[in-house]
Amino acid sequence: MLRDEPLLPLMQMGEPLLSLHDAQVRFGSVTALDSVTLTLHRGERVAVVGANGAGKTTLLRLLHGLVPGRGRTEHRPAGRPLVAAMLFQRPFLLHLSARWNVWVSLWLRGVPRAERAARCALALQRVGLAALGGRSARSLSGGQQQRLALARAWALQPDILFLDEPTASLDPSAKREVEALIEALGQDGVTLVICTHNLGQAKRLATRVLYLEAGRLRVDWPTERFFDPQYPPPAAAAFLKGELPWQ
Amino acid sequence: MKPLFRHLAATLALTLAAALVPTAQAQDKFITMASTTSTEQSGLFGHLLPVFKQATGIDVRVVAVGTGQALDIGRRGDADVVFVHNTAAEEKFVAEGHAARRQNVMYNDFVLVGPADDPAGTKGRDIGAALKALAASPVVFVSRGDKSGTHSAELRLWKAAGLDPAAAKAAGYRECGCGMGPALNMASSVGGYVLTDRGTWISFKNRGRLAVLVEGDRNLFNQYGVMVVDPAKHPGVKADLAQQFADWVLSRDGQATIAAYKIDGQQLFFPNAGE
Amino acid sequence: MNTVSDSLALALQLIAQADARLLAIVGLSLRVSGSACLLGALFGLSLGAWLAVARFPGQRVAVWLLNTLLALPAVVVGLTVYLLLSRAGPLGAFGILFTPAAMVLAQTILVIPLIAALARRLVQEALADGGDQLRSMGAGRFTSALLLLVHERFGVLTVWLTAFGRAIAEVGAVMIVGGNIDGVTRVMTTAIALETSKGDLPLALALGAVLLGVVGLLNALIALAQWRGGVPREAMA
Repeated sequence: MLRDEPLLPLMQMGEPLLSLHDAQVRFGSVTALDSVTLTLHRGERVAVVGANGAGKTTLLRLLHGLVPGRGRTEHRPAGRPLVAAMLFQRPFLLHLSARWNVWVSLWLRGVPRAERAARCALALQRVGLAALGGRSARSLSGGQQQRLALARAWALQPDILFLDEPTASLDPSAKREVEALIEALGQDGVTLVICTHNLGQAKRLATRVLYLEAGRLRVDWPTERFFDPQYPPPAAAAFLKGELPWQ
Repeated sequence: MKPLFRHLAATLALTLAAALVPTAQAQDKFITMASTTSTEQSGLFGHLLPVFKQATGIDVRVVAVGTGQALDIGRRGDADVVFVHNTAAEEKFVAEGHAARRQNVMYNDFVLVGPADDPAGTKGRDIGAALKALAASPVVFVSRGDKSGTHSAELRLWKAAGLDPAAAKAAGYRECGCGMGPALNMASSVGGYVLTDRGTWISFKNRGRLAVLVEGDRNLFNQYGVMVVDPAKHPGVKADLAQQFADWVLSRDGQATIAAYKIDGQQLFFPNAGE
Repeated sequence: MNTVSDSLALALQLIAQADARLLAIVGLSLRVSGSACLLGALFGLSLGAWLAVARFPGQRVAVWLLNTLLALPAVVVGLTVYLLLSRAGPLGAFGILFTPAAMVLAQTILVIPLIAALARRLVQEALADGGDQLRSMGAGRFTSALLLLVHERFGVLTVWLTAFGRAIAEVGAVMIVGGNIDGVTRVMTTAIALETSKGDLPLALALGAVLLGVVGLLNALIALAQWRGGVPREAMA
């Protein structure tokens, strides 16, 4: 099985942030990821696609450091530890106001007390929820809740933002809202890694596409090449045609 | 989050302080007295102790339990004074070294109560004959069975009459392991007989068909004794305050106060210090 | 049934008269059990939260022990604390036997297993919901557990009320360590026991009705606070 190599000239990519080299993740006797090698650079917007059970979520969790696995290296941009945050399909919000939810995120990461209030306000403003800061987080609409989740992630000023199917549970207008916000955050300079079933979304948001199959990384191409209708990547051809190979 | 924690901590501290401050305040003079439930329920302490407090400024806190438990509390040094009515047990207490001596304070008497129609035919007899009649009859006799002063007195009377109640009365002898009030309740509800101190009987409100059948027999007299727990054996005891109580209750004033206590115009306790 | 209706009438009479001694007894009951439950919550919630997240050999044994202690009879706790606080015992020097402090101590020990067991279940269920995401936000295990207790604070309140109900209704522990001393350590339950042993059953039942009334009032106040504080919750769009 040949792996399709990225063809972008090295000069165009930002500094390396996170690398996997021949990474593997096993749960008991099951190997969820195997022989994965890739590097994430600053400014990239990466979409991770593949069938259910291909290992997309596991890859994200490995990159974020939530599951143990070998082969993961963090680079230290500007000499300080990497800051990463993750968004889930359904955000877990505490029974507190929107503002407090952002505050907790800052508190957990050890942001100094003096800065917390200001960064809370800024984050809520960035996602357009400044007026709803005092409202109970659980009473917000689905789209607003996901925007709140973005706020609490963005407040940390992360280098990388992992998103696991961020709009899968949202209605179409909320989907657009949240997508627009994600794109804006990407333009702010945050590196994005998005798991998605929605190939249109991948095409709109990403600069680079990773295709996973049965726990292995089969394709790692820039977006235009990946979605080129005339020359699709051979390994992902069946998937792209819509015939997803079930495990 | 921090302000919330501070709030909770403050509330916690305030509540604890509020609950425990009364305890701290009550460090003005007080002693702990172990006595019996029947004595407390007779109302004597409500009458006697305020007079003592007036005279000396000392508060007496009464823990009222069965005689056996009261003596046990004394043996552990958790009480400063022991005030019960079981001379034999008190002498043993002194012999064990927990108190320097015991002294007579007062006596009250026991009475035998039973159904007013007296099916066992005990009325008018002395207690020994009455118990024999009870043994011969199928009626129920309720015993406290709780090692209290009353229970010990009851067992002594059976023994003096030459009877072993468990054997002689097997079916009708019911040991409830309870206080005087519940024992009377039980007797009232099953139409049985029970030995009770006069004080509890006078205050007892649930008489039903019960009436006094045997009284006045010298053997039914119930002697009360006071003992100061020995500080030599139990260093935490407030010996001088406790001694003040013993001295006062044996003094003319104390004895007169005891005699003055009446229920329904009847004197309950007969002071006999020095006898 | 005469006794029951007599008692209810007597109960209303007692409340209307607001007899000073009765008020003192009710006040002491509330202070002792309230303090015991606050103290118990401090230890019990921490213990329950920790057991929900801790991984150590013997963790299952600890949970089993906790669940077994739920059935600890109040009188056994009372006896144990009495032996500890007795002048003949190890903590006798503090001199708190036969005082409200001893009663608070005994009831605290009584409610800690209850609070811990219920809190542990509360945290476990909440962890299943959001433990993962909290971890991804950088929360350590114990911090997650404590955050979830704040998150589930109405559940915690219910746990506290359950403990309070157990504490204020028990008689075995406070009788032994308090001594039921008139004016000092007499609480509602020991007063009821006393009146029963004196044969005054209507008064005993009346006091029981007063006790239920007081606890009922407390529960009503808390329910009111919950209703006012929890208006537009869970409004999923």
